[in-house]
Amino acid sequence: MSRLTREQIAQRVARDIPEGAYVNLGIGLPTMVANYLPAEKEIFLQSENGLLGMGPAPAAGQEDPDLINAGKQPVTLRTGGAFFHHADSFAMMRGGHLDICVLGAFQVSVHGDLANWSTGAPGAIPAVGGAMDLAIGAKQVFVMMDLLTKQGESKLVAECSYPLTGLRCVSRLYTDHGVIALGPEGARVIELVDGVSLDDLRRLTGLALDMA
Amino acid sequence: MIDKSTWTLHSAVADIPDGATVMIGGFGTAGMPDELIDALIEHGARGLTIVNNNAGNGDTGLAALIANKRVKKVICSFPRQVDSHHFDAAYHAGEIELELVPQGNLAARIQAAGQGLGAIFTPTGYGTELAAGKETRQINGRHYVLEYPIHADFALIKAHHGDRWGNLVYRKTARNFGPLMAMAARTTIAQVAQVVELGALDPEHIITPGIFVQRVVAAGDKA
Repeated sequence: MSRLTREQIAQRVARDIPEGAYVNLGIGLPTMVANYLPAEKEIFLQSENGLLGMGPAPAAGQEDPDLINAGKQPVTLRTGGAFFHHADSFAMMRGGHLDICVLGAFQVSVHGDLANWSTGAPGAIPAVGGAMDLAIGAKQVFVMMDLLTKQGESKLVAECSYPLTGLRCVSRLYTDHGVIALGPEGARVIELVDGVSLDDLRRLTGLALDMA
Repeated sequence: MIDKSTWTLHSAVADIPDGATVMIGGFGTAGMPDELIDALIEHGARGLTIVNNNAGNGDTGLAALIANKRVKKVICSFPRQVDSHHFDAAYHAGEIELELVPQGNLAARIQAAGQGLGAIFTPTGYGTELAAGKETRQINGRHYVLEYPIHADFALIKAHHGDRWGNLVYRKTARNFGPLMAMAARTTIAQVAQVVELGALDPEHIITPGIFVQRVVAAGDKA
C-alpha cells in the first residue's frame, strides 16, 4: 500500500488553500505547508505572536531576534505585512476572522474533536500555547497527520482518549492514506491515496467509513 | 515638568517587594526585558508570581530569575520548550507552581484587567481539562467559559522607543504582550533602546499611550 510522505501531505493541504485566504500554520509539521503555497497566489500567513503577511526564513546572517514566528524561529515579513499585539492576534482567531488553520494532532475523532496538546502522561509538563484558541477560532480547521501511530494504532478514532484541545472543531483531516471530512454526521472519505482502498481505511481505523 | 525617564535599571525595580505579582513581556526572547530582569535579580525580591507567555528560554531573562529561585509561581501558556531547562528542573523538584492558561485567554485576561472588566466569557478551552470546574454559559448557541482578569503589581516590558511622558513604540514581533501588560499592572516599567524627545514619536504611531506607563528606563541599544 503506497502512502504519502509528510512533504506530500503538506503539498496536498496547500492545494486546498485559495488565494486571499488568511491562514495560520501551526508549529511543527503544518509549517511545511508554506513551502508548497504557489508564489503567484497571494495568501496571508498569520503568526500568533503578532504578524500577518509572514514570509520565509531569512538568508543566513539576516536574522532579526525581534522578528520570529510562533515556533520562535527567525522569519521575514512580506511587503504589506503588519505587526500587532497579542489581544489583536487572538481576536483574529477567536473572532472568526481567520479562514483556515492547519494543525497537527495526537488524535482526531470522527465528529471533529481534536486532541493535540497533551498526552496526559504523568509527570510531563503540560503546555498549550495557542492550540485551543486556533482550534475553536478559525473558520476551517484542517489537521494533517499520519493516519497511524508508530505502533500502528489509528489516530482517527470514534472518541479521543487523550485530553481534548477543542470539541467538534476539525473540518478536514489530511493523512498519508487520504483526505477525510469530519463533522456532525461523522467521517466521510473525500479522497484516497492511489493504491489505498476504502476497505484498507476501514480495516486500519476500525471505523465504518464511507465515501463522501 | 513630568519626566518618567529619570529611572535607572536598579532604581526602577527597587520597590518590588517579596511576593509581588510581576508581568514580564516577551514571547520567547523577543520582547523579553533582560536588563530589567537582571536588575530585579540583583534587587533580590523573592516568592514572585510571574506572568509571561513562557517559562524562560536558555539562561537569561526569566530563565535566570527562575534559576536564582526567585519565582514561586508561573502563569503562562507554554512552559515546556527545548531550552526551558531551569523551569523544568524547578517544576520537577516541586519548587514552582504552574497555572497553565491557553495563550489567547492569557492575553484576554490580562487585557480584561487593564480594561477594568470583572470577568470575560471565552469559547477557548470549553470542554477541556483547562476549563474543568469553571463556570460556563451558553450564549447564542455557543459555549463559553468564565475567566477572571489577571492583575499585577508590576509589569516589566521592553519597547523600542519611549519619551518622558511614557509613550511607547515597539519593534516588530517584540510587541507581543507589552501593550496589554502595560495596562494591567499598577506600576509599569518599560525598558527602551532609546528615550527620545517629547514630540519625536508620531502621535499616530504611538502604540502604548503614556497613561499606562509609570517608569521608562533607557537600556541602550540591546533593548
